[in-house]
Amino acid sequence: MNYIEHVGKYFMMLFQVFKKPQRRRFFYESLFKEIEELGLKSLGIIMFISFFIGGVIALQTALNVDSPFIPKSLIGFAAKRSIILEFAPTFCSIILAGKVGSYITSSIGTMRVTEQIDALEVMGINSLNHLVLPKVIATVFFYPFLISLAMVLGIFGGWVAGVLSGLFSGLDYIEGLQMDFKPFLITYAMIKTLVFAFLIATVPSYHGYYVKGGSIAVGKASTKSVVWTTILIVIFNYFLTQMLLT
Amino acid sequence: MIEVNNLHKGFGDVKILKGISTKFYPGKTSLIIGQSGSGKTVFLKSLIGLHTPEEGFISFDGRVNTNFTTEEKRQWRQEIGMVFQGSALFDSQTVEENVMFPLKMFTKKTNSEMLDRVNFVLKRVNLENANKKLPAELSGGMQKRVAIARAIVMNPKYLFCDEPNSGLDPQTAIVIDNLIQEITEEYNITTVINTHDMNSVMEIGEKILFLKNGLKAWEGSSEDIFKTDNEAVVDFVYSSNLFKKVREAYLNETK
Repeated sequence: MNYIEHVGKYFMMLFQVFKKPQRRRFFYESLFKEIEELGLKSLGIIMFISFFIGGVIALQTALNVDSPFIPKSLIGFAAKRSIILEFAPTFCSIILAGKVGSYITSSIGTMRVTEQIDALEVMGINSLNHLVLPKVIATVFFYPFLISLAMVLGIFGGWVAGVLSGLFSGLDYIEGLQMDFKPFLITYAMIKTLVFAFLIATVPSYHGYYVKGGSIAVGKASTKSVVWTTILIVIFNYFLTQMLLT
Repeated sequence: MIEVNNLHKGFGDVKILKGISTKFYPGKTSLIIGQSGSGKTVFLKSLIGLHTPEEGFISFDGRVNTNFTTEEKRQWRQEIGMVFQGSALFDSQTVEENVMFPLKMFTKKTNSEMLDRVNFVLKRVNLENANKKLPAELSGGMQKRVAIARAIVMNPKYLFCDEPNSGLDPQTAIVIDNLIQEITEEYNITTVINTHDMNSVMEIGEKILFLKNGLKAWEGSSEDIFKTDNEAVVDFVYSSNLFKKVREAYLNETK
């Protein structure tokens, strides 16, 4: 199947996904389960990575800024910009595409190959709406919190790294954080996060839902979904940056 | 009653069903048999509406399923129970949640009413005290019984089973066969089973439909299958020495 067909099928899938849930009570139950599965269970890895990558960004910046004419506060400024603009929304989304994307594809794909999706269809349930909509809502609503947390922890990690290494002082770092603060950059990061969250929920769902074959096909679909979600995140990152910042 | 009229179905250039016509009656257990690739699964999936016929129609008590409005289709879906080959139980849900699923989705019963109904059907399939177990904790036979319980929990008018005893030991397979037949008679359900199992054919086949190359090659009862001279049926059903001997014994007895 060529790419155009996949794109068409993906949008047709979305058309089915965004229908009114058949049973509101059931939808909310699924939504809370998905928030736990796709959001809360990703907290640990995001917190861990954000803290250390924030530290590395600050250290790298400090090590490359060795001119006495450049104020140390620029380290905090550069770390803040890198973390808010790119690391938290994009890098964390790519990590989530790997972790959550493979989970979504394998869980939906397994339901497909074990006829659980057929069972839903026979019962008269819109399986796409039932399975995918809670995932989309969960990621779109929860990931901004996750990414905000990544921003805070990344910046904090930078401060800790500076203080522990002695490469810059905490005060310089905080001064840099306060320097030229533009609230729009947070908006920009949140817009990116929402788009990426949508991709992280829908692209792996597409790959899982239309899988054909057995367990090997599910494994291959998981890999494919992570690759495609990452590619799409990178492409959308470029276009969103061009649209919003230039 | 389910009436199938001149049913055609294919995928691309490959024609799978080439004009099948038959009827399935309430309170009777009907079996579809045939070699792998004969079109049994496509036929069954067409009956349950997972495939749309290219030509011909299927009517359910006079209602043609392809003519249904969205609401009629929703209503009709609730009249259908399906037991899948691999049970198709939702593996993240307990037995109780699996069986309760259609009730939660389509009825406005209270939790205690739903629980009463779930316990009733689980008792009917001889599966008590398994409510809180996950499908992975059950044997193949128990999973099949949960699947039957889920299929009948909404009081269906039509029950479809895709190889309900595949992968089961002969004793459990007979238990499942008998259970389906009992339920069919008890609730006057129109039951259609897709099977490879010749024991099922002999035991519960009140009506047997033999498919070959997408066509109806033979139709009759389990009594008729002993007497038939249809070469395709004889080759398929009596391919094992055991069944050949059973047939000979039956024919000698009825002479």
